[in-house]
Amino acid sequence: MHQSDDNRSIEVGALARVEGEGGLDVKIKKGRVTEVKLRIFEPPRFFEAFLLERDFTEAPDITARICGICPVAYQMSASHAMEDACGIKVEGALRDLRRMIYCGEWIESHALHVYMLHAPDFLGYESGIQMAKDFPDIVERGLRLKKIGNALMTLLGGRSVHPVNLRLGGFYRVPARAQMQALKADLEWAKDAALQTVQWTAAFDFPDFEQDYTFVSLRHPEEYPINAGRIVSNKGLDIAVREYTEHFTEEHIAHSTALHSRLEGETLYFAGPMARYNLNFDRLPAAVQSAAEAAGLGPVCRNPFQGIIVRSLEILYACEEALRVLENYVPPDVPAVAVVPRSATGHGCTEAPRGLLYHRYDIDENGKIHSAKIVPPTSQNQRVIENDLYRLIPQYIDFPKKALKHRCEQAIRNYDPCISCSTHFLDLRIKEED
Amino acid sequence: MNQKTAKPTLAVFKFASCDGCQLTLLNCEDALLPLADEIEIAHFLEASSAVLPGPYDVTLVEGSITTPHDAQRIQEIRKQSKKLISIGACATAGGIQALRNFKNVDDFISVVYAQPGYIDTLATATAISEHVRVDFELRGCPIDQKQVIEVLTALLQGRRPDIPSHSLCVDCKQRGLVCVTVAQGTACLGPVTHAGCGVLCPACERGCYGCFGPMETPNTRALRTTWARRGMTDAEISQAFKGINANAPAFRKEHDAPKR
Repeated sequence: MHQSDDNRSIEVGALARVEGEGGLDVKIKKGRVTEVKLRIFEPPRFFEAFLLERDFTEAPDITARICGICPVAYQMSASHAMEDACGIKVEGALRDLRRMIYCGEWIESHALHVYMLHAPDFLGYESGIQMAKDFPDIVERGLRLKKIGNALMTLLGGRSVHPVNLRLGGFYRVPARAQMQALKADLEWAKDAALQTVQWTAAFDFPDFEQDYTFVSLRHPEEYPINAGRIVSNKGLDIAVREYTEHFTEEHIAHSTALHSRLEGETLYFAGPMARYNLNFDRLPAAVQSAAEAAGLGPVCRNPFQGIIVRSLEILYACEEALRVLENYVPPDVPAVAVVPRSATGHGCTEAPRGLLYHRYDIDENGKIHSAKIVPPTSQNQRVIENDLYRLIPQYIDFPKKALKHRCEQAIRNYDPCISCSTHFLDLRIKEED
Repeated sequence: MNQKTAKPTLAVFKFASCDGCQLTLLNCEDALLPLADEIEIAHFLEASSAVLPGPYDVTLVEGSITTPHDAQRIQEIRKQSKKLISIGACATAGGIQALRNFKNVDDFISVVYAQPGYIDTLATATAISEHVRVDFELRGCPIDQKQVIEVLTALLQGRRPDIPSHSLCVDCKQRGLVCVTVAQGTACLGPVTHAGCGVLCPACERGCYGCFGPMETPNTRALRTTWARRGMTDAEISQAFKGINANAPAFRKEHDAPKR
């Protein structure tokens, strides 16, 4: 590829270090980007179809299989939706334990992305494993953080990938106080390690790329959002979870087996850690706020490349929150509240590591599922990623092909896209055009 | 062995799946860096953008075959692999997405997608062994960490992996857990399910739901009879066999049984 080429296209085949597989096609004509297509070729798996006729209690374990990286998110959104249909609210210690296992998933998923998948982009390595040869202590720190996230999930869920201990209404079995306390030393270590992660990532070089995004996340009156809240944006949206389908639509396009999401018929929006951070900075504990300030981030961050700092801050938050639950923990009288089926529609929305995850089910009085709708985070961010690339590529249009491809991949990984969400994708193709 | 590196090469490929088995490999935090010293990771897109060409000494395959393109791709991968190991319920039995095998896939497409013409898919989701020769099948949804390390170690040492094929029930007795069926009347697939998970569900006072698939020569009929005696309907029993490993022959035969 030469700088004199007026027309060319970029293809990234099988984009690495994203979970799942997909690709990116970019067309450039007379030095202008004319087309950006994020191709999602994850084979369709039809979850919404085979949930039909299944029992409502099966939805958490079945939908967990959509994504091995964020199974708790699927189990939680499905459980909340079924509990909403049945008029049940899970409170007290059970609610706290759910928050805690979700914190474990955030720590595990974010540590994997920050250390093993995204940091290598900033430091010029092909993988975290390769990076470990030069920075063994740093990579070991990341792996230990990840391991502690997994330990949290294993204590409360039985295992970290597709936990078996979650159910409608709560858990099959709850831990003893001593089992919770046994995690304390590790979580204290993880809190320090998370702070070091924030400082480490804040020192990376970030391209100058601030955009005016529409951020969408949950917002709760008291807490940083995980399992509950209203759906809000920085552009005036403020709705109950039940109103989701009145405001968000999905569109099926040819180059993707993931459906594309839009807000109010047209607006592209940005979900995930950066949306949560921007919409809920005031809900973060003072220690996390000051870590953000020390890292040079204000209450608003509009550069998606700095998402790696925001993820690190969320690891810090998740450690603090898990420690809070651990300290206050008194085992509940029952491991789960009874959820009795009735003929109704239920909606559930929680904050997966990668952003908003919405489920809706129609069930009957016998608990049989009659319809299911699932909107995972990656399908929501797909259009924003394409849009970022439209704007980013012109800045690097004169770069050698390899460097340009690398920059595109890095920009895609800003969103930690999780492609196996059935509903998924990556592979950059930069094609020369006459 | 790859002549240039002198280390054995490892490749990991993904088909229709959730990535959870690959993540289980990445979750071997303590073993990951030592493992990377022993073997050359030649193709593992979830972990690295460095990709080396085949042939590979050991190939792990996650996911089931669900599209015409993937049916071709697995043939190529087999040619490039000295040892090919299928990992997880999707690769060994078709996985949860094999539930399509019992319905008309066109109906499924129209439930999920507005433009069915854009979707290119096979009518079935099938195990890797239905398409190519497989050297070893590692069960689980997801696979177990210790077992995947054992399989890789065994292959590096040139021996057969030590993976027991008895039922979960045996492991449960060895752990001294109270039987959830006897004590609480909970339906549990433990007597017919392949061991390997570490008896997670009964340890949580929950019945096994069969994510490791059928054990060697399971007596599913005896289990059906026991459950029926405890008041479960034919339909409920069939549904229990029709889960994550619905397409594994022994479970498939049992959930179809009342129809025959």
